[in-house]
Amino acid sequence: MYTLSSKLKLFSIVLVVIGVLGLSYGFLSTPGTIEDVKKEMAAHDAHGGHSESKAKADHHGDESHGEETAHGGDAHYEHILHQLQNKPWAALYIAAFFFFMIALGVLAFYAIQFAAQAGWSPVLFRVMEAITAYLVPGGIILFVILALSGFHINHLFVWADPEVVAHDKLIQGKSGWLNGTGFVIRAIIFLSGWLLYRHFAIKYSRKQDEDPTGNRWYKKSFKISAGFLVFFIYTESMASWDWIMSFDPHWFSTLFGWYVFASLFVSGITTIALITIYLKSKGYMEFVNNSHIHDLAKFMFGVSIFWTYLWFSQFMLIWYSNIPEEVTYFITRIEDYKLPFFGMLAMNFIFPLLVLMNSDYKRLNWFVVMAGIVILCGHYIDVFNMVMPATVGTSWFIGISEISAVLLFLGIFLYVVFNALTKAPLLAKGNPYIEESKHFHY
Amino acid sequence: MASKVIHALYTDDDVLMDAVKQVRGEHYHIEEVYTPFPVHGLDKAMGLAPTRLAITSFMYGCVGLTVAITMMNYIMIEDWPQNIGGKPSFSYLENMPAFVPIMFELTVFFAAHLMVITFYMRSKLWPFKEAENPDVRTTDDHFLMELDASHHDVNTMTSFLSSTGAVEIKVIDKQEDKH
Repeated sequence: MYTLSSKLKLFSIVLVVIGVLGLSYGFLSTPGTIEDVKKEMAAHDAHGGHSESKAKADHHGDESHGEETAHGGDAHYEHILHQLQNKPWAALYIAAFFFFMIALGVLAFYAIQFAAQAGWSPVLFRVMEAITAYLVPGGIILFVILALSGFHINHLFVWADPEVVAHDKLIQGKSGWLNGTGFVIRAIIFLSGWLLYRHFAIKYSRKQDEDPTGNRWYKKSFKISAGFLVFFIYTESMASWDWIMSFDPHWFSTLFGWYVFASLFVSGITTIALITIYLKSKGYMEFVNNSHIHDLAKFMFGVSIFWTYLWFSQFMLIWYSNIPEEVTYFITRIEDYKLPFFGMLAMNFIFPLLVLMNSDYKRLNWFVVMAGIVILCGHYIDVFNMVMPATVGTSWFIGISEISAVLLFLGIFLYVVFNALTKAPLLAKGNPYIEESKHFHY
Repeated sequence: MASKVIHALYTDDDVLMDAVKQVRGEHYHIEEVYTPFPVHGLDKAMGLAPTRLAITSFMYGCVGLTVAITMMNYIMIEDWPQNIGGKPSFSYLENMPAFVPIMFELTVFFAAHLMVITFYMRSKLWPFKEAENPDVRTTDDHFLMELDASHHDVNTMTSFLSSTGAVEIKVIDKQEDKH
């Protein structure tokens, strides 16, 4: 049995406290009125002119053009005001989604291991189960943020603003799908389906532990895993339209669901590897050998390439055909987010490609940890790139709000996951493949 | 130079593996082992050096990538930068997404084919090559271990080999090394 060290507990609580403080600072320091924005920008301009001062019609463009005639010169400042007010919300949302997607990726990986009857991974099942424990609090937090945004408490989703929709034919046409009520109902369906699978998978896994003679509970796990995977691939796709793609309601992409899936899958696998290596280094998982780490690292490597393949397929098709209504998505990103946009490509593709290619390096814990940290940061930037351009536009910055939001959710994540690890023995001893897995050597 | 070798035949891969370990323990030199199929872990038991084929493949891939880049940079950007459908042909980087499929394919092409050819050359495989198996049964259901017996007492070796489970032991005088 794993016992949560008081050091780790304290560490996660400190992270949460710092995160809450930083985020509150982020929320309090957003400008309240147009006058505040003007003052702030005047100060900026005095310091040698910032790119923010240039009016740039991003995707809120149509909307601000409509306002320009009504409000005259203030439309630009109002636009900036909205962006700045969105900034802490977007930071909160990105971090909430990022950690939720890690847990979700692990859940999908877990289900695949069952459905594929994998013989190498059962020794890691308890780690995976513990990571998916974050789905419950993480899902609730994400749901609350989504519901707030869906009913326009904040301005994260443009389509939730009735005033914008009134002037926007395109969003009107999509309002059958993109409306607050449907958005919340769908979120409930997705989250409850995933949590339901998680609940029963854990329950059966524990029951199988107590009853290792027959494989009754294992067979049930197998069946629900197969069912869940079908449900998951539909709902994950739809969730990615709702929760990410609808930030840009004028834009659409058909492989977006897969793209988000690859991102969450690789982050999930990386997290499994990191936590396993941590637990092994503390002496809790002596049954995990470097072949297991090797396999996880192979998955990290392979899925990183898969992510890149999807990223490039999406980018290259749109870049090549250059259709104006599609290509604006990438134009705003390349013009305003050059470093994060191409930086994540280096972090999520080139780095793992070169570091994890060698078979011997995949067995070295510190190599896997180093690659894992870079991959996780890269996928945070990936989510950042998907959300920020549509919500804060050119006013982006990885500052106090963004970092403290990550720390806040990291604290919750660590606490929940390591607390869940104490709930069951670290070896799922009832699993019929556990002996094979213990002797797994590659 | 005439050399003496011993051929020990086995009928089971597990027995063979044990025999290889015992022979290595006695410090006899194993010239070669012939098996009808890959025996997992045999290379480790024999103490063979790991293959470097993957490293050559990586380098061939790098060559392929370089070929793709220099070729397309010369053709599309330097030699005749035409405007084809509005694609930006001012610099390689600007038009790179269009070149990536070819860059990828040529990398894989070079890595795969040159590695296979390397494998053929290193293992001396080509059409009309004279087959080297010392006993036809080794392609079907027998395993053969060839030991160098030049500087050892043949009788102790054969009795030792039969104790390791060999079903047939032959002492052979080789006139010259065919390898």
